[in-house]
Amino acid sequence: MSRALFAAVAVLPLMLAAGSALAQTHGGHAGHGAQAAPACPPQARSRPAPKPKPSAATPRVTPRVATDPHAGHDERGAQAAPAPAAAADPHAGHDMSGMQIAPAADPHAGHSMAPAADPHAGHDMSAMQTPAADPHAGHDMSAMAGGAPNIPTSVDAVGGRMVETPPPAAARAAPAHAADLLFDPAVMAASRKQLLAENGDVRTTAVLIDTLEAGFGDGEEGYSWSAQGWTGGDINRFWWKTEGEGALDGKLHEAEVQALYSRAVAPFWDVQAGVRQAFRPDGDDTTHLTVGVQGVAPYWFEMSAAAFLSTEGDLTARVEAEYDQRITQKWILQPAIEVAMSASDIPELEIGAGLTSVTAGLRLRYEIRKEFAPYVGVEWTRSLGDTADYVQARGLDPDAVRFVVGLKAWL
Amino acid sequence: MFGLQGLIPAWAQTGSPGLRADLPTLTGPNIDLTVGHSNFTVGGRTGHAFTVNGMLPAPLLRMREGQNVRLSVTNTLDEDTSIHWHGLLLPFQMDGVPGISFPGIKPRETFVYEFPIRQSGTYWYHSHSGMQEAMGHYGPIVIDPAGVDPVGYDREHVLVLSDWSFMHPHEILAKLKKSPGYFNMQKTTLAGLLDGSDGMDLAERRMWAGMRMDPRDILDVNGTTYTYLINGHGPQENWTGLFRPGERVRLRVINASAMSIFNVRIPGLAMTIVQADGEHVRPAETDEFQISVAETYDVIVRPLEDRAYTIVSEAIDRSGMGRATLAPRLGMTAEVPPLRKVPNLTMADMGMGGMDHGSMAGMDHSAHGAAAGAAAAPMDHGAMSMRDPNNAPADMAVGVGVDMISPAPANRLGERPQGLQDVDHRVLVYTDLRSLEPNKDTRPPSRSMEIHLTGNMERFMWGFDGRKFSELVEPIRFELNERVRVTLVNDTMMAHPIHLHGHFFELVNGHDGHQPLKHTVNVAPGSKVTFDLTANAPGDWAFHCHLLMHMHAGMFNVVTVRPMEGAAR
Repeated sequence: MSRALFAAVAVLPLMLAAGSALAQTHGGHAGHGAQAAPACPPQARSRPAPKPKPSAATPRVTPRVATDPHAGHDERGAQAAPAPAAAADPHAGHDMSGMQIAPAADPHAGHSMAPAADPHAGHDMSAMQTPAADPHAGHDMSAMAGGAPNIPTSVDAVGGRMVETPPPAAARAAPAHAADLLFDPAVMAASRKQLLAENGDVRTTAVLIDTLEAGFGDGEEGYSWSAQGWTGGDINRFWWKTEGEGALDGKLHEAEVQALYSRAVAPFWDVQAGVRQAFRPDGDDTTHLTVGVQGVAPYWFEMSAAAFLSTEGDLTARVEAEYDQRITQKWILQPAIEVAMSASDIPELEIGAGLTSVTAGLRLRYEIRKEFAPYVGVEWTRSLGDTADYVQARGLDPDAVRFVVGLKAWL
Repeated sequence: MFGLQGLIPAWAQTGSPGLRADLPTLTGPNIDLTVGHSNFTVGGRTGHAFTVNGMLPAPLLRMREGQNVRLSVTNTLDEDTSIHWHGLLLPFQMDGVPGISFPGIKPRETFVYEFPIRQSGTYWYHSHSGMQEAMGHYGPIVIDPAGVDPVGYDREHVLVLSDWSFMHPHEILAKLKKSPGYFNMQKTTLAGLLDGSDGMDLAERRMWAGMRMDPRDILDVNGTTYTYLINGHGPQENWTGLFRPGERVRLRVINASAMSIFNVRIPGLAMTIVQADGEHVRPAETDEFQISVAETYDVIVRPLEDRAYTIVSEAIDRSGMGRATLAPRLGMTAEVPPLRKVPNLTMADMGMGGMDHGSMAGMDHSAHGAAAGAAAAPMDHGAMSMRDPNNAPADMAVGVGVDMISPAPANRLGERPQGLQDVDHRVLVYTDLRSLEPNKDTRPPSRSMEIHLTGNMERFMWGFDGRKFSELVEPIRFELNERVRVTLVNDTMMAHPIHLHGHFFELVNGHDGHQPLKHTVNVAPGSKVTFDLTANAPGDWAFHCHLLMHMHAGMFNVVTVRPMEGAAR
């Protein structure tokens, strides 16, 4: 595999993971693209025609022309819906402009909903919501809303995000902090600082031992570990990771430590960057720059993907995924897979270009406490491509299965 | 047990004949309270508690509308403390929130709270410092009306519901930050799928997993660590309140929990709700009601038989219950009902309750009425986004702290609360509450605002409009005497008891002119709640979720009411 091709492959999982992170952030816009498109710019979004009486609710449902290509089947509803609403609402007359915009207020407007058998399907809602743009109308709808009036919210606003009416100027009158009038402002300032810290600025330190295990297979009996931890707030954290393996008789084969800056970039995803130092008593110690993503993919797959660039210019990458299948509250089966790859031949590390290895594991743990879970499992590793040749050259089987006994723990 | 009795105020001691004038209740005009450390024993185990006058719950304060009260609070701790008088209308500097109302009470300092009592009803008080409230620093307040009490009763008992853990609240929060499902031992499992006991099919599970949401995440902290208390007694200690058959007994129920929402019932007795949050409501008879954190309900029961009745305060995730007894004589007990089946979250809890049945049917590609099919269908379409910023106001921050934005939040005030949809008896709903007195301010609101309750369950981040308080948010500003319609939109799949200090708001529940007044409202998962507020108390006030860990994780803000005319004199 050429270096360029490999680079693409190596980065692919990263892109995939990052892509889903982005989708996480921006996916929401997709369905509304059509609605956001209309020429009418946000500031031009006028309020509904002058209200004939003092309006309590600032008009939140701003009129927009629905340009949604799927709006067609909503149209019928627009015509169908106002009738019952108008009958119920004595003020409905003022609100007809609002009524007509109803279809676009329908959050399903862009939905490729199967045309419902019920011609009113999908429209009752808009009928209920629109009149409520008039605060007095809401009460008339109580019977329809199950007793409580249905006050419209941002969901019912059309064409982009609703802009709220700011508070009156007098609401901004001095002082900035009322208690400063009665207590020493310096003392209050310190107290406010404490209040800020105690309402959101939670710092945590975690240590997670993912695996700490002994393995028994065709080859030698070995041990291995994989652990990570962090210190920090919700967004920014210092993150460390370590893993390694050795022979049960005490000889260490390889160990690595990563020191990372981790930043939450999406609800379920962190981006991590830093350095990795590998130690090999029988070989070269290597140092890498690393960047990766870590998080939870839909369906609760714990994912991580990272690329490593060594001081020698070698580019490698690793993608891992695992899943917890609860059998009972305490028995948990965890399938896991890890794929490693390299952009180039690295003979001194006995790594060939391309996919270098695949490891699949299945571990059954019992959570004595959530923080303390011994397990048994099986792990299959296969070296691939030129890497497999290196392994064979040493007289080993590129295909290895081992049984593991270990501990998963955190604190 | 005897050690326990020493720590518990007379009114809360088991075998209590009820509140009578000869019981050592603290009454005004001058009341001295001392905050300190105590040991607290429950279920045979002893732990460290923060207490007031050495008691858990703290002493009952009994006052009368129209009096002035002087409460001298002395801090014997090595850390700051405070007392917030929950639900009392008072000058902002007496409200007891460090960093907003005052600087807090330093170690070995005494702070004198002094204010006129302008209302009557059942209230409570608790620390607003650190997480002392989760460790015992709470107590009841009863204020008798200046005139005739519209509620007739022969005897009364205060029932302080709370939760007790031997795990320090900071450790609880740390566990939640690292493993948000830490306390949940009722998750769906493969075994539960195979034997059907989870009550959820594969399609539905897949849909929840696709969203990375837990359909059993109902209470973050629950019976796996909490012992649910009634008047400081665990279920085994069985607090017992006495009555004589035929008496009308007024129960003043206060949820002083840190993190627990309860469903309350007394099998065999109908309950007539007469007050909510200290405000009179038109009597409403029911068999069970949900009480969220920091709410109070006064109910009248009339036991006619010479037998015992069990008072059950069941955690809404059914992970445990508080238990007490009403009996004619001490030592009598009644059957304790078993915990009911763990409820699963529903589509409405996902913020899709606002889709009417017509559109739901339209999206239901499988069988009609199959919740799973109906729920799964929208998830399969890009258009039904569970996190569409267009469903939030322009000023909301849609970042890491927001894992969901309700796509169709419903007004669920008329719906039975979580887990009680299918019980075969009457259940109180918010639309049953109708203020006895007409609403004073009949002006229509001059503007409306929307506040989203947001969170990231996986990271245990909570906030308003996507921001934690620690992120230096803009306060919520009102002009003095401004009348504003506020809609709270819950963008999470958990209930949040939202509390506004210093004010009562009118719940917009269809009873025009008689909207019930509340200081705390439980916003059901994925729902919206609207209240009308007359911002008539100048100063700065706290506004927060009363689930203590949610508040501590950021679901908190300051409400300012300006100008300061008439205040801070």
